[in-house]
Amino acid sequence: MSNSSDTSYSALIERWHMLTGTRLFRAVVMIAGIAFCIAVDTFDFVDLYLQLILIYVGINIILTVSLNLINGYMGEFSVGHAGFMAVGAYIASILTVHVFPPNAQNLLFPLAILAGGMAAALVGFLVAIPSFKTRGDYLAIVTLAFGMIVKSILENIDAVGGPRGLLGMEKLTTLPWVFFWTALSVWVIRNLVYSNFGRGVLSIREDEIASDLMSVNTRQVKIIAFVVSSFFAGIAGGLFAHALQFINPRMFDILKSTDILIMVYLGGIASIGGSILGAVIYTILLEILRPLGIWRMVLMPLMLVLLMIYRPRGIMGMKEIRMFVPLRDFVTEKLWRQKKKEAGDASA
Amino acid sequence: MPLLEIQKLTHRFAGLCAVSDFNFAIEPHELVGIIGPNGAGKTTVFNLITGVYRASEGSIKFEDQELVGLTPHKITRSGIARTFQNIRLFKELSVLDNVRIAHYGQIAYTPAEALLHIGRFRAEEKRITSQALDLLSIFKLDEMAGEKAKNLPYGLQRRLEIARALATKPKLLLLDEPAAGMNPNEIIQLMEFIGWIRQTFSVTIILIEHQMRLVMGICERIVVLDFGATIAAGLPAEIQNHPRVLEAYLGVEVTP
Amino acid sequence: MAYIFQQSLNALQLGSIYALIALGYTMVYGILTMINFAHGDLFMVGAFFCFLIAVYLHLSFVPTLLLSMLGVAFLGVVIERFAYKPLRNAPRVSAIITALGVGLFLENFTLALSPYPKHIPQLLGNTTWTLGSLSLSSLQILIIALSLVLMLILDFIVQRTKAGMAMRAISWDKTIVPLMGVSVDKIISLTFAIGTGLGGAAGVMYGLAYPIIDPYMGIMVGWKAFICAVVGGIGNIRGAMIGGFILGAVEIMVAAFLPSTYRDVVAFTLLLILLIVRPYGILGKPQPQKV
Repeated sequence: MSNSSDTSYSALIERWHMLTGTRLFRAVVMIAGIAFCIAVDTFDFVDLYLQLILIYVGINIILTVSLNLINGYMGEFSVGHAGFMAVGAYIASILTVHVFPPNAQNLLFPLAILAGGMAAALVGFLVAIPSFKTRGDYLAIVTLAFGMIVKSILENIDAVGGPRGLLGMEKLTTLPWVFFWTALSVWVIRNLVYSNFGRGVLSIREDEIASDLMSVNTRQVKIIAFVVSSFFAGIAGGLFAHALQFINPRMFDILKSTDILIMVYLGGIASIGGSILGAVIYTILLEILRPLGIWRMVLMPLMLVLLMIYRPRGIMGMKEIRMFVPLRDFVTEKLWRQKKKEAGDASA
Repeated sequence: MPLLEIQKLTHRFAGLCAVSDFNFAIEPHELVGIIGPNGAGKTTVFNLITGVYRASEGSIKFEDQELVGLTPHKITRSGIARTFQNIRLFKELSVLDNVRIAHYGQIAYTPAEALLHIGRFRAEEKRITSQALDLLSIFKLDEMAGEKAKNLPYGLQRRLEIARALATKPKLLLLDEPAAGMNPNEIIQLMEFIGWIRQTFSVTIILIEHQMRLVMGICERIVVLDFGATIAAGLPAEIQNHPRVLEAYLGVEVTP
Repeated sequence: MAYIFQQSLNALQLGSIYALIALGYTMVYGILTMINFAHGDLFMVGAFFCFLIAVYLHLSFVPTLLLSMLGVAFLGVVIERFAYKPLRNAPRVSAIITALGVGLFLENFTLALSPYPKHIPQLLGNTTWTLGSLSLSSLQILIIALSLVLMLILDFIVQRTKAGMAMRAISWDKTIVPLMGVSVDKIISLTFAIGTGLGGAAGVMYGLAYPIIDPYMGIMVGWKAFICAVVGGIGNIRGAMIGGFILGAVEIMVAAFLPSTYRDVVAFTLLLILLIVRPYGILGKPQPQKV
């Protein structure tokens, strides 16, 4: 039917997809990534500015993938992701600056990050409760108000510097740590998505009433989604604080949440691969356009609007890169394809 | 002992009585039809049974367990599944996932096991997936398993909705206008199909329908609703000649 | 007593500005079920138009107000045509993100042209009358009166005119209205013009009351006005007015009795409580679930 060069080209792509779906490929990517990060960290052959950008890329990936769980997979519209980030950033920073002994900083750093994530998860649990009854725009307001409340509370606590902010963190966020936490968040969220609970999350997006009637415990699903999402936002916050070594409440305001939203919808909803792409492209583009000064901030939203008009679902909306589909799902999908093809051949 | 027993069920929407003093009982393995003109309160009865609405008054007992006040997913897990008047599949999800989601209550692993893909996760996923695929092949939908539900033709969507309901392992199946939008030929097929489902899955069935041919053809008993109240109940032959039914319903719309 | 009266007056002033902006959110939502997140920034543009007209054209208050409103209304219609219209059938969230993008564009574009905050010249002589401990400024009264007049005009348009009827019809059922011979596009443009025009008017008044303006002034005020619209029941015009006055009152009262830094915390916490008690806002009606 189609000519041979065409089929060989698509066969090549198919092979590439199959390759990226294998465990070996994933292992190679992971090892290469971690080796690169450790090498950069030890031998310092990449200049510091570039290192910092790579660190931001990782942090933004965590933020984007975790927000996609709520906004993309569950179909809600959370506008307060920076609020969870703030909780993580402040808790982790208080621990490293005021609680942990100065000589054990490196050792205890992961604990601080983890504690930040857990605190954010606890807050995420509280935000999940109104989501039982409220949906759509009204839930958006709840998350918006939540973000603003976090910021205002932080501004009113003198112990963490109030509006002036908190400093004194050592630069503990290194590239290997960022890689570790990024990989962990991607892995865990992928695991969640391709599980019973993840299917529950998707079914809430599609039709919440039908989902409940098909035995899905929607409250449980919402709590899991919010807790996991805010946990990783908190992790990202802790890493951010120890990369910049200075935080203040204004860094976590609505503009920050907007940034994360843009990365999510740029990459495309309900796609882990898309979220990673969105975060990478947005972060790097902002750096490349830096010479334009303020005009880059004019250009970026303009590009976003054009993207939405010509590709309303983002770069990879509702599609997934094979690498992030678990092997099992991948094999079953291949089986259906074969069956379908056989059926098609038989009827032809 | 009846499988489902409804007593003095009443439901009001902002003062309007959608269902009033509705009494009903169904024995295991029966097939009962509920008919009535538009707006008679039939779907509301289904919504009350499945917990979408909370009854204003009355009781609904399923295997001696009170259902009023339970959340829909708990009611579904106790063994009641339903389909919808206007199909409500998870449109953007695959056919397989539509059925797998209905297994939600039967999964044995915890959220922690799911997040880390450890413990019972793999075995359970395998079990659920093969169960779902088996169910799909019984319904001749297995070739479509990877397709998005919205891409299925209308008839197959209806079939998938029934398969999805059965995946929750119900004892009682509620079908809300299964023949909507079908031609007489398809309705005859559907009649056989419903009978076959009842045998194969040994379920009790209540169905709401407008198509007289379907209801009269397969239901063992029929309840007629009008303005939220039962106006007649009995065997199909009795209903056909019941003066109040003729007046309220059949007199207007007797053609199949 | 005089203190409370004084604060009530301040609350009315702030509330009427919130209400005017909230109206724009609610009108657009009612007709397109879309949250126009650029609306707060159109409010900001209104204040900047006021500045430009007052400084370069030296016009007096009334023409300045009218021209600013017209300018913002025009901008609103243009934005709808070029950014939102292509997305009318796209997923709802794409339109929201586009609106966020348009808002960021307006902020940063204004910032690029005007990196420093601007000071709006005094357009009106401001007389202050003192009655004991109570002080009344003519500006304050003007802002309250003018907002009320604008709201009354809007209410009249929506409730009594043919265009208003078409607007209400579209928000009721978008598919059936074209069958009645109404041009949906025209009505949507009109809605945007009126809604954003009111936002522009709010910008001018805000600029008169608090004359230092900057490109980011619309963010916080805009989000707060959006909250007012939701509190009142989004899509409901009278609800938006009520929501505006409630938030104005809450903010002024909190600032009057607590350190002013607590204003936002209390205001937003009250909002959360209200939404938990009445999830669909004060005048909003819960969407009936159809099963």
